Amino acid sequence: MKKIFEKAAHAVLFTSSTVSIITVLLIILFLFREGVGLFGKKPIEDGQVLLVNKLNPVSKLTSDELKNIFDQEYTNWRKVGGTNDSILLFRIDDIFNYYTEEELAGIDTNIQLLNEKVSELVGKQIGMVAFISKTQLVLNNKVKIIEVEPVSVSGFFGGELWFPTSQPAAQFGVLPLLLGTLWVSLLAILIALPFGLATAVYMAEIARPSVRSMLKPVVELLAGIPSVVYGFFGLIVIVPLVQQLFNLPVGETGLAGSIVLAIMALPTIITVAEDSIRNTPRSMKEASLALGATHWQTIYRVIIPYASSGITAAVILGIGRAIGETMAVLMVTGNAAIIPHTILQPMRTIPATIAAELGEAAKGGMHYKALFALGCILFLITMLVNITVEFISGGKRIKR
Amino acid sequence: MKTKNISEFIAFNIFRLLSLIIVLVLVAILSFIVVRGVKVISWEFITSMPKEGMTQGGIFPAIVGTLCLVTGSMVFAFPLGVLSGIYMNEYMRATWFKKFMKLMTNNLAGVPSIVFGLFGMSLFVNTLGFGDSILAGSLTLGLLSLPVIIRTTEEALKGIDNTYREGSYALGATKLQTIRRVILPMAYPNIITGFILSVGRVSGETAPILFTVAAYFLPKLPSGVFDQVMALPYHLYVITTSGTNVETSRGMAYGTALVLIIMVLVLNISATLIRKKLNKKMKAN
Repeated sequence: MKKIFEKAAHAVLFTSSTVSIITVLLIILFLFREGVGLFGKKPIEDGQVLLVNKLNPVSKLTSDELKNIFDQEYTNWRKVGGTNDSILLFRIDDIFNYYTEEELAGIDTNIQLLNEKVSELVGKQIGMVAFISKTQLVLNNKVKIIEVEPVSVSGFFGGELWFPTSQPAAQFGVLPLLLGTLWVSLLAILIALPFGLATAVYMAEIARPSVRSMLKPVVELLAGIPSVVYGFFGLIVIVPLVQQLFNLPVGETGLAGSIVLAIMALPTIITVAEDSIRNTPRSMKEASLALGATHWQTIYRVIIPYASSGITAAVILGIGRAIGETMAVLMVTGNAAIIPHTILQPMRTIPATIAAELGEAAKGGMHYKALFALGCILFLITMLVNITVEFISGGKRIKR
Repeated sequence: MKTKNISEFIAFNIFRLLSLIIVLVLVAILSFIVVRGVKVISWEFITSMPKEGMTQGGIFPAIVGTLCLVTGSMVFAFPLGVLSGIYMNEYMRATWFKKFMKLMTNNLAGVPSIVFGLFGMSLFVNTLGFGDSILAGSLTLGLLSLPVIIRTTEEALKGIDNTYREGSYALGATKLQTIRRVILPMAYPNIITGFILSVGRVSGETAPILFTVAAYFLPKLPSGVFDQVMALPYHLYVITTSGTNVETSRGMAYGTALVLIIMVLVLNISATLIRKKLNKKMKAN
């Protein structure tokens, strides 16, 4: 009887840990399956094609070139390696500019006629590029379909434009988001570091036990306040403050985000750093004091060097926390997806982009996949942070 | 005073000052929200439906929604997490696989919550077809707290000296009996503390529920696990950032923020009390 219970308990425990393991692996699987799906696909909307004259030597365009063409930044085919002809944009509504009402008689009911007219027109105009739906496509011997270059890994990481919904081709350049994330998080850590380390040293070495037992709940509460409350506080207090202080048109800037993130990263830094400072062997401390060093000399010559790996781990974990923070950043940084030049301009981070755009992205579409790819980047950053911390602490237990 | 004492004096006071600033920051945030929120909070605010485009009325459906999500996620994550933690610490042999699992759970505990939101949307909402529902949201939030619960359980168990296990075996107890009668009662307070802190975290999370359950405005209570609900953190987010009534709904926002903070405060204080009690008990032993 006893044995059966033992066996049953073992089975239950085994099952639940298997379920846990499977869910962990499922998360990775789902994230990367969707994210990797972005690459190698054409960033043009499904069911749409670009039609040009057959005499046009250009046969392939990148999505950046397409954007420039349709924004009329490029007005000559030479810009994209073609002949010296001006670019004529054509969307289906433009048909009335080229044909008279009589020529188009009955077009409302006769789709076939419309399609033929479009192809005929493109066949006549050497510089024309038509953005039409596949169902409107009638190929004749004077037109051809222009290919759009698929999204590549280098284009994704090196691209400077993030216009995931732009027509005809979306731009998935992650650089502005990546830089925005790094600027905001790194500045946040720079702000948080002096406060965090000072508090960690103070709590571990200087403060009386009664003071320490008052500081500990403060740190725990700072960690416990929901991020959306920080965002709310940032929006109402810090954003106007930044705006007034630097005399800016808008207060929603990278700096406002950094300040909020600095407060949010503090608990992580303090807890991990204090833990490692307290782990300094008593004998080392006492040896230093016995040699006549003052308490302060002991702290900065013996204790801090000894705890330096733990302190580094604290900083890295703080950065990791800052990079992944979503809601507070979304609420205060202004969310402009442009490459930042100063910290005093609106910025957009990777997590904020996912939170802001996933609601609008069509399920399974390019935009949706691109957001999952951003999720993969976040996951990889977290992994990097964890492995680095593991490596730095060298097997020493780091409490988080 | 000698120079080295002067430098010590200066350094210690700088540390003291910087620590004090952190306390002041917390006090500033709390008092800012409490002072303005208290004016809004009333029995009616907590128990009535939002009205007039969420500028009037209360936040009752959001509170109920958050309670549903917290309950749902914990029903899923707590037993699974504790059982997994026990298995990993007490049964699993130290192989590469255990190391790998540890790395993975550690990793997952640090993964940004928005990534859980992405996963929850992809698996629960789309692939399994739950739609935006309490079920999908609870499972997503449960996954978020699963690695944390596994880890607190493991830590709690690891903190127990091996002599207790050996003593129990020496008395002829089986492994299961040892775990049930000796190990778990000792680890219990730490596990419960972890549980309370997870509840605190789950009730304040916004990013994972954005695309799995949260409704912008839904002035009715859920009738089943496949319903959408409003939730406190998401409610605070929407009334401060979107909509045309951002200014007029400020009061509601302060009230909602205060309710969230009170929840977190209560949970944190009870966790601290339990830990204090545990420490006293440990000292008494």
